[in-house]
Amino acid sequence: MPRRTDIESICLIGSGPIVIGQACEFDYSGCQALKVLREDGFRTIVVNSNPATIMTDPGFADRTYIEPLDVAGVTDVLRRERPDALLPTLGGQTALNLAIELAESGVLDELGVELIGARVDVIRRAEDRSLFRDAVESCGLRTPRSQIVTSIDQLGPIPAPAVVRPAFTLGGHGGGFAETEGELRAIVERGLRESPITQVLVEESIRGWDEFELEVIRDLNDNVVIVCSIENLDPMGVHTGDSVTVAPQMTLSDEAYQELRDASVAIIRAVGVETGGSNIQFARNRDTGEVRVIEMNPRVSRSSALASKATGYPIAKGAAKLAVGYTLDEIPNDLTKTTPASFEPTLDYVVVKFPRFAFEKFPGADTTLGTQMKSVGEAMGIGRTFTEAFLKGFGSRELDPGSATPWATFDDIPDGVHPWFKEQLAHARRELASLDILRAKRAGWGDDSIGAAWGTSGDDVRRARYARGIKPSYRRVDSCAGEVEASSNYYYSTWGEEDEALPPATKPRVVIIGSGPNRIGQGIEFDYCCVHAVQTFRALGYEAVMINCNPETVSTDYDTSDRLYFEPLSPEEVLAVLDREQPEGVVTQFGGQTPLRLARHIEAAGYQIMGTPLTAIDLAEDRELFGALADELGIRCPPWSTVEGVEEAIAAAAEIGYPVLVRPSYVLGGRAMRVCYDDAQLRKAMSAVSGSVLVDRFVENAVEIDVDALCDGEEVFIAAVMQHVEEAGVHSGDSSCVLPAQSLTLANALEVEHIVKRLAPALGVVGLVNIQLAIADSTVYVLEANPRASRTVPFASKAIGINLVEAACKLAAGKTLRDLDLPTPRPIQVSVKAAVLPFARFPGADPVLGPEMRSTGEVMASASDLPTAFAKAERAAGRPLPATGTAFLSVNDNDKPSVVSIAAALAGLGFEIVATDGTARTLRAAGLEVGEVAKVADAAADEQTVVDLIADGRCDLIINTPQGSGARADGYRIREAALGARVPCITTISGAAAAVHAIANARAETALSLQERIGIGA
Amino acid sequence: MTVGYIALEDGTVISGRSVAAPGVAFGEAVFTTAMTGYQETVTDPSFAGQLVTFTAPMVGNYGVDDARLESAQPWVKGVLMRRCGGAAWATWLASHGIVALEEVDTRMLVLRIREAGAMRAAVVGDESELDAAAAIELIRQQPAMEGQALVSSVSSVEPTRFNEEGRVRVAVVDYGAKASIMRRLKRSGAAVTVYPHAASADDLAGYDGVLLSNGPGDPGPLVDEVAAIADLVGRPSVLGICLGHQLLGLATGHSTYKLPFGHRGANHPVLERATGRVLVTSQNHGFAVAATDEREATYVSLYDGTVEGFDYPELNARSVQFHPEAGPGTHDAWPILERWVEGLQPA
Repeated sequence: MPRRTDIESICLIGSGPIVIGQACEFDYSGCQALKVLREDGFRTIVVNSNPATIMTDPGFADRTYIEPLDVAGVTDVLRRERPDALLPTLGGQTALNLAIELAESGVLDELGVELIGARVDVIRRAEDRSLFRDAVESCGLRTPRSQIVTSIDQLGPIPAPAVVRPAFTLGGHGGGFAETEGELRAIVERGLRESPITQVLVEESIRGWDEFELEVIRDLNDNVVIVCSIENLDPMGVHTGDSVTVAPQMTLSDEAYQELRDASVAIIRAVGVETGGSNIQFARNRDTGEVRVIEMNPRVSRSSALASKATGYPIAKGAAKLAVGYTLDEIPNDLTKTTPASFEPTLDYVVVKFPRFAFEKFPGADTTLGTQMKSVGEAMGIGRTFTEAFLKGFGSRELDPGSATPWATFDDIPDGVHPWFKEQLAHARRELASLDILRAKRAGWGDDSIGAAWGTSGDDVRRARYARGIKPSYRRVDSCAGEVEASSNYYYSTWGEEDEALPPATKPRVVIIGSGPNRIGQGIEFDYCCVHAVQTFRALGYEAVMINCNPETVSTDYDTSDRLYFEPLSPEEVLAVLDREQPEGVVTQFGGQTPLRLARHIEAAGYQIMGTPLTAIDLAEDRELFGALADELGIRCPPWSTVEGVEEAIAAAAEIGYPVLVRPSYVLGGRAMRVCYDDAQLRKAMSAVSGSVLVDRFVENAVEIDVDALCDGEEVFIAAVMQHVEEAGVHSGDSSCVLPAQSLTLANALEVEHIVKRLAPALGVVGLVNIQLAIADSTVYVLEANPRASRTVPFASKAIGINLVEAACKLAAGKTLRDLDLPTPRPIQVSVKAAVLPFARFPGADPVLGPEMRSTGEVMASASDLPTAFAKAERAAGRPLPATGTAFLSVNDNDKPSVVSIAAALAGLGFEIVATDGTARTLRAAGLEVGEVAKVADAAADEQTVVDLIADGRCDLIINTPQGSGARADGYRIREAALGARVPCITTISGAAAAVHAIANARAETALSLQERIGIGA
Repeated sequence: MTVGYIALEDGTVISGRSVAAPGVAFGEAVFTTAMTGYQETVTDPSFAGQLVTFTAPMVGNYGVDDARLESAQPWVKGVLMRRCGGAAWATWLASHGIVALEEVDTRMLVLRIREAGAMRAAVVGDESELDAAAAIELIRQQPAMEGQALVSSVSSVEPTRFNEEGRVRVAVVDYGAKASIMRRLKRSGAAVTVYPHAASADDLAGYDGVLLSNGPGDPGPLVDEVAAIADLVGRPSVLGICLGHQLLGLATGHSTYKLPFGHRGANHPVLERATGRVLVTSQNHGFAVAATDEREATYVSLYDGTVEGFDYPELNARSVQFHPEAGPGTHDAWPILERWVEGLQPA
């Protein structure tokens, strides 16, 4: 069946900010879909609140709306654009849930918008537990014995141990495994709260069974293909997103695999997914072969992104084409060009995905893995054998030393892993012990591991293998195990094999180093930058080669670069690729810290770093050098000292004066960064770090400014001056920020500009630089300079309408700012970036903002004034500000003077004010009417406490600033309750002021597309 | 650890570790892309005389089980793997005298075969026993697969009852039949009797249906079998599978030819013309029936457009090139066997 001709325009919904369970895989799938829909002549409209996505680039769709992904936000866009169809299957659970809400609210009918990709009844049948169970049973298959619970008193028929799964939440959020009846009750209560339809499933425990997933695609002709099978190493009980997984499945016989294949085909038909991809999960008892169907996602998912990268089969592209009427036999396989999409991929290699955790960011949080996903990213390894793929994935996680993570060392095998995998790992050990380099390499060991095992160094191993001519060879991912000639440009390395020849060099080459697995502090923003770097260098006439190991990203789409090497980002693998490619230059400024850590090795090996040289990085990171430079330039930094060890730190702090900020070098996301007010806090902070550490004066009550600028070595272009909403001390990644900066005096603005213009060339920047400054009492301090692309680059680019990465690449390629002749940014709207925090995933960790970054993602909102933009950003971040109701205030003593005006404003807006005694006294003294509620610690047995108030839903807004660090008293209980009850909880006074200002002044305003806002396209 | 190698007639030599029987095995080097079902593959008589390279990276992971046998013994002469995934599998191969290597650059082998076509080759279990130059000399003295009639070496000798009970009676002509065919026929309600390849039309004519099975080698030299089929068609209902499809084609005036490197795997998409549906099929063949203007193919390979099935309504016969019985592979085409049995009328 050919493409439908009765629809012309399609609106695609993205997945919003990066959260645990929903990351950049949906940017990858959305981009693929937009690409093919546009190629096919459809007018495309995209809605997504996440600015750090490629899909929201102005060139990717005809109209781009960076708007909140809620019914109001999307309805606004639909009303304006009147698309013929809405495609919700590529934006994760967020888009799917929104589609249902839009359909139910009648908006789609009213506007005549057809839902394509998945009908409402199909989504329901897959997502609603009882409907899904019926569908599965109609195929003669079984789901785990279970009970739908919509209120806590229905508990009973299924005893513990049991699994709790809330309906319609992402990544199993709100669910869990209950060992005892008490736990069961608690988890069900939480699940009911989390589920938007107040429904959870309590099911028989199949903990310990093997877990498999199949990626299935079906078309309108009822053709079904299985793209990939995935086996989880961690058995049932651990969320698949947190599990180490392998593709293709390794332990099932043909008859057992075909049983799952048949089941998948039957289920996709019974559920009725007609056009597109689905992911179906199975549990299988290793001994009896019994099978249970666990769940199905009637959409493109994290696993399907992994399956696409694992096989080279572009599931999202296919799903988009199927949604507009094509059938599988009409879609050619991109890699082979000759075989159709109905050719099931067959692999002659193995892939292993490792989850990346960030528990070190959430002290106090429970680190045991369960049915609720906790990992923040993933890395994938490709090898010719299981162990080779395993060791690549294992090493690609870029673990920080000492980080708490499952499978921290090779021998840390989790419980319940299938004996086959254990035997393979034992085999890898034996190969390492053989003392034969080639055997060890073929088993997957890196030079450093071999060196360590053999009592020598990685360098010696490298020299020894060079002497024997042992080098990696590169193999193609072609989806067909070599059966059909493929022009694929997607490679991985292996050992002891023939190399698949490189195409002849017709153009100069550059290699762009990616950012590796997503983690807190280094996420999708950097992949966005890398993708733009690739695009720019291609446009400049280079062959752009990408190296990365993150399967979720756009950068690892084989379509993005001229050649993709799916490899760990460690010196051995990266240098081997450079040796093969012999590039003219290597680009390291866009992938965050990962490529910067490699830059030294790259330069030492004789390759040219393009743009900003390595010396600039040292100059910026080495505080002695930076301090000297700042002095020379007459730029003020807060007093500082570099120290090693606690005693030096204490001595330094005595000289500098408290409060001080402790910060290790060469880290992203403020890892282990702490504000300390006294010796005790300093001792504690120092115990978490090692080596040389910077201790500097923490500038209190300062306004923090973030500047992104371009420099060609001499001249500087100031692209974006952004003001943080939260005061200095809150990590820039976690703070909301506003562009243009709203409260800079002209004098300060000029000084900021002057500082940046002196500092960037002095550092030697050729490309992007990010400078963070603090302004206190009209004095401007430089906090730090980062001579690389920063996290704010995508936001700034979209706010000002200038592609900063493109400009930076041109500078790196030798152009000057004069050549680029960039327009002075004059944004017509105010843009706000707001962070999204994963605290709800980490019960036990204090949900308070601080100098260590903990957000997973961000949203952007633009409007004609700050309050409107801010209110919209909060909505987009999933914490809409209440218009009225009850506000609870409890602030520390420092903040008491400033809380008065906030409370007065809230009272003026009709809020009822409630506070605990100290804050209440302050407010009453100022003449405000305040209801008082007891602190938890002080409450009499039957007295209502603030936590009860919150838990009962009698509170709509919470303003609670922490009482210094470490105090796990009331503040923590309040914030935890707020999180549980999903009440907006603001933990800084400046944040509270911005929120109140927004509540008071936000206006209803029609959304503008990005194209209109930045004046391109019409 | 014994180092062995595979040598191809074009002079390519690729080394590996010997994991099963010692010795030297000559045969045609082919590859299969099926990711599961190694034991089914090597016991499929259609692989007789071949040295099979598994493109799957890990082979032997889930052990061995007699329930997975497609015939009483392995028919492949040699097995090439990137990595052997289980000791039980290696032991089983050794117990059947099969030479097998792991740590082989299987992808290189596949690319050679894809470019040069299936080749004569030898697997040498121990490189110290035969040097590569000598092996290549010997390989070049071996007969090519084209023109080889291998059916008599794999077929049963006497008619045997596979099962007694059934709504209809079906005869399977065993050119190298896979057990999965008989099992599927039985499951579909047929009482199955297996006849040797030399069965005459009269032996078979009394059955409600006759299934012409798969089998190894070139259909060209099988003139007696073709003559018997020509004599048979038009009497009971006939269904041909794989080699059976090719023989039926020859018996009805079609021609066959050797594919460059064959179709061997479990992921081959085939278009079912009557419904417009795509079946993902299990395939294992090195020869094919040539397309003709006179008869439209009922099934077409979506991979290279070759004929995957014919219908002969005037003769009450039909045939498919792929393996509807699976084993190993997908079950998408099971209905072809099931519908055929359902459509048979008891005499």
